[in-house]
Amino acid sequence: MTSLAFVDVSVKYGSSVAVQGFTDTVRPGEWLCLIGPNGAGKSSLLRSAAGLVKHEGGILVDGSPLNLRSARRRAALVAHVPQSPAMPDDMTAAEYVLLGRNPYVGYFGNESKHDRMMVARVIERLDLEEFADRRLGTLSGGERQRLVIARALAQEAPIMLLDEPTSALDIGHQQQALELVDSLRREHGFTVVSAMHDLTLAGVYSDRLALLHQGHCVATGPAEQVLKAETLSEFYGVSVIVHHEPDGTVVVVPRRTVPLA
Amino acid sequence: MLADQVRDSERSWWMPVACIMLAVAFLFGAMVGPAGPAWWRVPAELLNHLPFIHIKTGATQLQSTVLWQIRMPRVVLAGIVGSMLSIAGASYQGVFRNPLVDPYLLGVAAGAGLGATVIIVAGRASSSSWPIDPLPIAAFVGGLIAVMITYSVGAAFGAAKSSATLVLAGVAVTSLATAIQTFMLQKNTDVVRQVYSWILGRLSTATWHDVRLVLPYVVVSTGVLLWHRRLLDVLRVGDDEAQSLGARVDRIRLTVVIAATLGTAAVVSVSGLIGFVGIVVPHLVRLLAGSSYRRILPLTVILGAAFLIVADIPGRILSDPAETPIGVVTAFLGAPFFIIVLRSRQGASR
Repeated sequence: MTSLAFVDVSVKYGSSVAVQGFTDTVRPGEWLCLIGPNGAGKSSLLRSAAGLVKHEGGILVDGSPLNLRSARRRAALVAHVPQSPAMPDDMTAAEYVLLGRNPYVGYFGNESKHDRMMVARVIERLDLEEFADRRLGTLSGGERQRLVIARALAQEAPIMLLDEPTSALDIGHQQQALELVDSLRREHGFTVVSAMHDLTLAGVYSDRLALLHQGHCVATGPAEQVLKAETLSEFYGVSVIVHHEPDGTVVVVPRRTVPLA
Repeated sequence: MLADQVRDSERSWWMPVACIMLAVAFLFGAMVGPAGPAWWRVPAELLNHLPFIHIKTGATQLQSTVLWQIRMPRVVLAGIVGSMLSIAGASYQGVFRNPLVDPYLLGVAAGAGLGATVIIVAGRASSSSWPIDPLPIAAFVGGLIAVMITYSVGAAFGAAKSSATLVLAGVAVTSLATAIQTFMLQKNTDVVRQVYSWILGRLSTATWHDVRLVLPYVVVSTGVLLWHRRLLDVLRVGDDEAQSLGARVDRIRLTVVIAATLGTAAVVSVSGLIGFVGIVVPHLVRLLAGSSYRRILPLTVILGAAFLIVADIPGRILSDPAETPIGVVTAFLGAPFFIIVLRSRQGASR
């Protein structure tokens, strides 16, 4: 199992600051969920860890800096699932999952038998056999989301970064996708960092939440500490009711501010 | 088994079929034309050029010279040009993630023409003592500059959002290059004939010397492009995702563009401007064998050669004894095909 540490990480686009001085250590096997309003810097933080944007400060995997690694080595350590993945309509599902093996294939090389066996196992594990030969354009949103997770799984990276993994899914598929990530995390000991908008789901599936606001981390801790009505109203500008279920689940319900006519 | 299924995505029975088609096109190309041996003597005549084979074919010395020194260089050169333009087209399409581009629409051909014009105007005669002919190099540099400008202009104005932007940028670059070329030619009317004979090409007067001239460039360029076929599949998910999968996107793109442009400039220097090959063949291959570049690239090499050998045949017989330029034939075939591709893509995106 592998830890992921952010040390004073800042991300700037020109003169605008997306993330300012983020410091946190995600323990091996932990699921950290980044929450916060749109533009708070959640995606930028994930993208910096995936090596997609320049950042200041250090991002350490098991204590060693990630930016010293080669692109392929980094991809073997960190898998990134973007918010809206590009899925070419005419690519088959098996071809798509096979892309996850890229970090293990040399520049001019080809996937080995092991790579193909690995992909076949991933496809079986996620019950995607019937889709293996289907084109991506013919698949539903939920099926596609499972394929993206399958590709990340084929990447065999101990750290998984998920950017809004469920934003395009209905409630049933949201649950299915998150259950899948959770069970894979327990099976393989993945360390997971995700960005999520649904605060209740974020609280249910993650071990710890980090609330970002205008690039700053303003609160971090377990759901019952971070998801408080006054905190959320301060940083999201919303009025919510926060329920605490007997099993420890924290439920965040928006409250209607305009009175019923 | 599932692992086989994953593997099978790469195997295809299209490769042998394509090779047979190429062989048929090759034979057919060798059989058609004036003054050669009778068509049924051609296969045996060709076999005679293999080592240790001596067949009495009954063809006269003159007929066999016509076949070997006039028809064969032309067929071979058409094949080389066809496969180079096709694989270059497919590679540009892959690396720019844009199904509508080819060496012509990106401005590569116009840039190469401008490069050639510059070197001819600057005095090619003075370079005759140089160890290598600077003309193909100038064409390559011109083509490379043109495609770089097209790409940076297209990228700056949202090529990521719409595939039309890149094509429009290519149109602008092509017009600019052509305008500069026209301007230079007006100032230097003495080289007009030389430049135009370069632009129009000399497929119809091809010799083995031309084949030897382009072959090294084409072999290197095709080799590099074929080596990148797996990485072109990785690029299909976009720059960001390819990068997060460990691909060095910029380096791949630069290498592929340089290789494709080098090959294109080399073949343009012997064949002249032949449009649509780089669009028609890759799309035909996609329809037949799916969208993975691992299959597309090798198949375009074979089928591109077959396509241009066949496309060269009507030119020889349509307006005999004059020649119909091959670019005219490919445009007749290619323009309607391009429109069909546009239409089917529109249907797919709906």
